[in-house]
Amino acid sequence: MLGDDGAGESSHAAVRLRGITKRFGAVLANDDVDLDIPAGTVHGIVGENGAGKSTLASIVYGLHAPDGGSIEIAGRPAVLRSPGDAIALGVGMVHQHFMLIPTFTVLENVVLGIEGSFRLRSGEADNRARLKDLSLAHGLEIDPDALVDDLPVGLRQRVEILKALFRGTRILILDEPTGVLTPDETDRLFANLRAVCDAGGTVVLITHKLREVMAVCDSVSIMRHGRLVGSRKTSETTPGELAELMVGRKIGQAVRMSESSVRSPVLRVEGLTWRSPGGAPGLQNVSLELRAGEILGVAGVSGNGQSELLDVLSGLSGVQEGHIEFAGRRIDRASPATPAGMRALGLTHVPEDRHRRGLVLPFEARENAVLGRPECAGPGLWTSGTAMQAQAERLIARFDIRPPEPRLPATAFSGGNQQKIVLAREFESEPVVLLLGQPTRGVDIGTVEIVHSRVMALKERGTGILLVSTELDEILALADRIMVMSGGRVVGTVPAADATVRQLGLMMTGAGEGAGA
Amino acid sequence: MVEVWIDILAVLDGTARLATPLMFCAMAGLVSERSGIVDIGLEGKLLAGAFAAAAFTTLSGSPWAGLAAALASSTVLALVHGFACITHRGEQIISGVAINILALGMTVVVANALFRHGGHTPALGAGERFAPIALPLVETLRALPLVGPLYAELISGHNLLVYAAFMSVPLVWWLLWRTRFGLRLRAAGELPEAVDSVGVSVPALRYRGILIAGLLCGLAGAYLSTAHGAGFVREMSAGKGFLALAALIFGRWKPLPVLFACLLFGLLDTVAPRLQGVDLPLIGPVPVALVSILPYVMTVVLLAGFFGRSIAPRALGRPFVKEHQGP
Repeated sequence: MLGDDGAGESSHAAVRLRGITKRFGAVLANDDVDLDIPAGTVHGIVGENGAGKSTLASIVYGLHAPDGGSIEIAGRPAVLRSPGDAIALGVGMVHQHFMLIPTFTVLENVVLGIEGSFRLRSGEADNRARLKDLSLAHGLEIDPDALVDDLPVGLRQRVEILKALFRGTRILILDEPTGVLTPDETDRLFANLRAVCDAGGTVVLITHKLREVMAVCDSVSIMRHGRLVGSRKTSETTPGELAELMVGRKIGQAVRMSESSVRSPVLRVEGLTWRSPGGAPGLQNVSLELRAGEILGVAGVSGNGQSELLDVLSGLSGVQEGHIEFAGRRIDRASPATPAGMRALGLTHVPEDRHRRGLVLPFEARENAVLGRPECAGPGLWTSGTAMQAQAERLIARFDIRPPEPRLPATAFSGGNQQKIVLAREFESEPVVLLLGQPTRGVDIGTVEIVHSRVMALKERGTGILLVSTELDEILALADRIMVMSGGRVVGTVPAADATVRQLGLMMTGAGEGAGA
Repeated sequence: MVEVWIDILAVLDGTARLATPLMFCAMAGLVSERSGIVDIGLEGKLLAGAFAAAAFTTLSGSPWAGLAAALASSTVLALVHGFACITHRGEQIISGVAINILALGMTVVVANALFRHGGHTPALGAGERFAPIALPLVETLRALPLVGPLYAELISGHNLLVYAAFMSVPLVWWLLWRTRFGLRLRAAGELPEAVDSVGVSVPALRYRGILIAGLLCGLAGAYLSTAHGAGFVREMSAGKGFLALAALIFGRWKPLPVLFACLLFGLLDTVAPRLQGVDLPLIGPVPVALVSILPYVMTVVLLAGFFGRSIAPRALGRPFVKEHQGP
């Protein structure tokens, strides 16, 4: 962009990328990306899933080698063969999935790789003192001897940031840092990031949440299909403009919910308790009622009992205490139900993790189209290619699945289209109750619109839908009532019309329940 | 009274001897598995070490040459395992089983080719084995009541490798829990991605773990054929590698509990033949076979979660793939 003599300019850029290109097989993850990140600012990189944000960050952190292009860090050309090279140049990264050893203490995790001496003891006092100084300087208090396994998510992230700062990081990259945080923890994180900036550091925030970009970033770059499509100062842009740049076209606001008349309950749960063998919170005395044509949103930070609730309701886990009333049957410890039994009664389930539970990835789309629906696969014990083909074509047409190839293995579809296969399969039988887990996780914005409109259409036809999502925006857009879970308990249920993000956020931390966050 | 004491000491003495290869192998497995590499090939490395030690001692006349050969052969097998599992991210159980089968066949074939002795090596003479070491003042202290025999019978009079086996436990503990190398090695066995993300090479760590395991198995092999025994006998490892693996799981991948598991299994091994034909009140003759399978039964019961839980390193058996394919 600038001439070769841009030496004066480069002193202002913490990171300067020119023509960065990266290919994974047939996918062009980064396509000729030019990017300047000004020093001393919080810079956002936004884009849909698969837009290439994380790949770009991994390249700057030395995890992936680019196929082409050049990198300058703090004004100097850099060759990054491994994260070690990047760390040496002052680049640190907080990964989306924490890179912490659960069985190690905070201090052990922080010093891993730069312990200072062969014998751990001889460097320990120095390391401990440095960690304490860093904590105080940035307002990131932590007990250095706590086991990471015992820490809540917000504190684990704090350890990750400290780990980066401990390595002398001046450029801190955070990859989707707020996915696992409550709104309150998110606010605290943003304050910490500001503190890092005030101390002279540069922060790169990778996210798909525009609200966060507007809240904390000074400037933002937008990526689409591997390309950088624009950069803006946040003071001079709007979420609407950013969303358009991300998607490449105007998008309508979330589907407006229609007021459906109150109908009869189709699913009733009383005092459901489920203890997980691993010691996770499980479920404690959960009661709920779901009506026909209603969407009940289940909000909460991931890992607070939502997954267990879906498992028990779908019959995957047995009822231990309490009971479920569904389709005239009472399901409890004495008379359990199997997943097949629940399906036969008219309850279908879109699992949260489509890769592990929703699809058999190496199988063809048409085989996946009949999973759990043997009646569509062919007569009796046999499977018929024609029947499966017809079923798959039906689903493809209804949900606009692309490419429309029933013989392609599920792995060959994009995340959004994989999700459409699962949704189409479960929606097609017009269930009485639908358990809907994370319907748009890892799905591009275009598909989100389609998914939301189909969910609303199914609700219109009278299906009762239990929607579990960690995206508050999604729940607020779709649900009629919102039930908040924390630590395996129901904190409360509020009508969606009256709910605010702040109120839900407080409930998600278990406020007023005495349950530790 | 004194005779009972002497009997107890004799049993404990036997325990130390029988537990020695278990301790070496279990420590080998501990280092390897803490780095994330399943080591079901302990048995094969032990057997190969035993054969190499006996063969080279026979050929050279020095047990030290045999020891060196044992270390080398078992290290080579460890490297084969590493090449398959670390470099090429192969299935670790399969590679380990292959090493066991390879060692089982190769030792007999090479023994036949070299010595024409039915798969055995010729018996070793007194100078060709690791001799018992008398600790200082044994004769002076022997006369002391209780403590004297304890020192003379149990603590003194073992060969070098028995002492080395007992030393290997605190050494491994120190290496893994008190050094930088150990911290990184254990991290590689829990979450290798974290190690990679701080710029430390996971393959290098795991190779080092596997090399240490190879060396320890070599020591165990040399003990079997040139210290405990006098020559190589086909299949002489007799499941000790698997028993060590059981001890490793039983001891939850922690040095001290693993040591106790090895000693417990060694004790059972010692008393089993002594119980042959002994009538217990109410029970009748002791079923010796039952005593022999006890270590495995106890391990299975432990794994089933009946008393406590045994939690393996989280990344155990999972190959480390550095670059994620696709976005």
